Amino acid sequence: MTELTPPAGGGCRDLPVLRQRGQREVFCGLTGIIWLHRKMQDAFFLVVGSRTCAHLLQSAAGVMIFAEPRFATAILEETDLAGLADANEELDREVARLLARRPDIRQLFLVGSCPSEVIKLDLARAAERLSAAHAPHVRVLNYSGSGIETTFTQGEDACLAAMVPALPQTDARELLLVGALPDVVEDQATQLLTDMGVGPIRWLPAPRADDAPGVGPNTVFALTQPFLGDTHAALIRRGATCIAAPFPFGEEGTTAWLAAVAAQFGVPRDRFDAVTAAPRARARKAVSAAAETLNGRSIFFFPDSQLEIPLARFLTRECGMTAVEVGTPFLHREIIGPDLDLLAPGPTLSEGQDVDLQLDRARAARPDLTVCGLGLANPLESEGLATKWAIELVFTPVHFYEQAGDLAALFARPLRRRAALRLEAAE
Amino acid sequence: MKLAVWTYEGPPHVGAMRVATAMRGLHFVLHAPQGDTYADLLFTMIERRDRRPPVTYTTFQARDLGSDTADLFRTACTDAVARFAPEAIVVGASCTAELIQDDPGGMAETMGFGIPVIPLELPSYQRKESFGADETFFQIVRHLARPMERTAEPSCNILGATALGFRHRDDVAEVERHLTEMGIAVNVCAPLGASPSDIARLGAAHFNVLLYPETGEAAARWCEKSLGQPYTRTVPIGVGATRDFLAEAAALAGVPVAGDEDRLRLPWWSRSVDSTYLTGKRVFLFGDATHVMAMARVARDEMGFEVAGMGCYNREFARPLRALARDYGVEALITDDYLEVEAAIEAAAPELILGTQMERHIGKRLGIPCAVISAPVHVQDFPARYAPVMGFEGANVLFDTLVHPLVMGLEEHLLTMFRDDFEFHDAAGPSHHGGKAVAPPPAEAPAPVSATLAQDGVIWLEPAERELRKVPFFVRGKARRNTESFAAQKGLSEISVDTLYEAKAHYAR
Repeated sequence: MTELTPPAGGGCRDLPVLRQRGQREVFCGLTGIIWLHRKMQDAFFLVVGSRTCAHLLQSAAGVMIFAEPRFATAILEETDLAGLADANEELDREVARLLARRPDIRQLFLVGSCPSEVIKLDLARAAERLSAAHAPHVRVLNYSGSGIETTFTQGEDACLAAMVPALPQTDARELLLVGALPDVVEDQATQLLTDMGVGPIRWLPAPRADDAPGVGPNTVFALTQPFLGDTHAALIRRGATCIAAPFPFGEEGTTAWLAAVAAQFGVPRDRFDAVTAAPRARARKAVSAAAETLNGRSIFFFPDSQLEIPLARFLTRECGMTAVEVGTPFLHREIIGPDLDLLAPGPTLSEGQDVDLQLDRARAARPDLTVCGLGLANPLESEGLATKWAIELVFTPVHFYEQAGDLAALFARPLRRRAALRLEAAE
Repeated sequence: MKLAVWTYEGPPHVGAMRVATAMRGLHFVLHAPQGDTYADLLFTMIERRDRRPPVTYTTFQARDLGSDTADLFRTACTDAVARFAPEAIVVGASCTAELIQDDPGGMAETMGFGIPVIPLELPSYQRKESFGADETFFQIVRHLARPMERTAEPSCNILGATALGFRHRDDVAEVERHLTEMGIAVNVCAPLGASPSDIARLGAAHFNVLLYPETGEAAARWCEKSLGQPYTRTVPIGVGATRDFLAEAAALAGVPVAGDEDRLRLPWWSRSVDSTYLTGKRVFLFGDATHVMAMARVARDEMGFEVAGMGCYNREFARPLRALARDYGVEALITDDYLEVEAAIEAAAPELILGTQMERHIGKRLGIPCAVISAPVHVQDFPARYAPVMGFEGANVLFDTLVHPLVMGLEEHLLTMFRDDFEFHDAAGPSHHGGKAVAPPPAEAPAPVSATLAQDGVIWLEPAERELRKVPFFVRGKARRNTESFAAQKGLSEISVDTLYEAKAHYAR
């Protein structure tokens, strides 16, 4: 299949990583609910937490909060903290009220938060108890999206990993694609693989509880997102085999990802080329338009989503950028290895964060573009650094061929805007 | 436990952040888990601030739980003081840190920083954002302000303006202008723009102007008791309240009342004939108590609206709001549950809602025009232009804000006059969308079943239904509801054209 040329100096897989500990300017895993609930149409996410958790969801969900979303927070009150037995009764009552009001709900996730973890409210037991009480119509699952355990996209990982043990057993040889992607992206991936003769294809998460994929020793799975470490482990525990591949960003990444899957299913070379030739050419063309702006520019990634390393690989190899530092909240060497192999040595790789020290490094390096969260973006802009806010990369369709140009454009736009604005006097 | 999707207020530590971010030379060390930094983006995005809030989070993680979190706090505190060299620090805990009981205040006080250390008690499971702001400001004032000699000339402090406050930036500028016009100097404005050393010289002012009771009342009371400074009780929102406020401030300063009324346009705009159609428009008010109470007066006495309902989400002010609501002949709604607000609005069927961001969406859903008068607000209510709601310019801003969502008099008149016109019928698109206008639907053939079932089993006879269709579309829903409840009251089982007009006469004003 199409072998990608590794960089001249070898990849980054075995290079040392900078680990610092201090203030981390990141979201907690609860944020994952915002996109997960759109993807799972019959699921409801009930956070058991504090007013802070509710306020976070509201701030992160923006206007979505008004569209009858399928998530809410059961806010702990002082009486809940006084005695634990009481909290369980309260939870049962709130869940019963919620399910009575929303009979369309088939899966209910009890999502743990920092307060519920610290007071050791046993949500796993609560999920079992409530599953029994509301069977067979509703299944109640539990995972933690707390800040003390999860960072941003890790919330999706925790959610999917909680679903894996409950998936039906199967001996069928099926391809399971893992990670919540926008529908349009999911359809394109399915189409490309179907055209190569790969199948049957199942997705985790499935849009509805009834479509839940089976898992077993003949299941092979490929991750579409890099942040799925626990789900990866849970699937392997069920006997499934993982296809290692770089993540499908850009023309190269998508081709390498598809090639890894095609190899697993014995797709002949000419068939693979026939299916991918046209979309590859389109992707290359679309990327090259944005690459004109990006070529030769330097980029600095603050940690956010774990997408940083594959994105740095795409931007350096396909758009001609130079990476200064690539920060990630968590680095899973096995999963991200194929991307590290393709990333040329040079940038500092950092895992975790001490935000003030990292800001000092960014200010010293003065990168042309800084990828960071919304708490840092405007302050850095006012210091004269161009920024690209990272959360958009999780909500916008960016994977696979047809989105490759859009992905590059997301990074080119702040630079083009900076060049376009002329606010000083004309003289 | 209480189920919540939307919250009007954040947790109390967000209130503390609003005070710290408003000030200069102050740093806030917050004992909080990873993730609580989300609150930074309220300031950098919604308020569009160009620097990070002066807040250091300890960001403890699961593996730190145990004795380690106390060390994390000490390290974070030491690093923050070294890096930012603040004049003073405030320390507190977020909801999760409150549960692990590390006592950040006690720890910080023993660390010997040589600057004032102000510990905060923020009961996250009982209180909310406004309390957090009020309490934090109060503690800062209590720790730093001391009695001192008054300034030679009349002067005052402006208290209560914070970061993330609805129009606080421009309200302060407007009120300062009014005070200056009367020869009253502003000694310190706090927390907005003040440093800890400014707080230390609060005592030099002759009196205090309390702009926002939600965020400044505890401090104003303490100043009254400990510094001997009286404070103003009138919040200058609207023409009448501004005049009352000017009289109150002038009396406290011992100067004659003065004010440049040339720039005040609300009274004339409101008296001009195009505003006649505003008379008796039914409004529903909801938001923080201060803005709701002040806006009720503007709505009734300065715009000529009828107050159809009012309420607030901050329980702290339930008593004065209930009393005021009685004066207006309505019952106050005190709740932080937006579903209750939605139900109350639906029941009151107002023609205009004055509320928060949430009521804007409720209005959208119910098809009722809405103007935003109170926090919580979104990014569009932190405008680039000058947009106070206080003082004379604030009154001008309010007139425009309250009128724009409504169909103005002339427009309403034309719509009614030409409602059967081929261009103005209900199905036609807006005229500026040239190609979108469509021909009126063909006259409907008389329906074989000549009646429709209304709520409560009342039947609409076909001629009445046809008559109802002649009512302009933007009031038709109300006419339908009024007629149906009139019929229900009278125990009628059918609605005829006569019932329709009897109901109209019944509800006429």
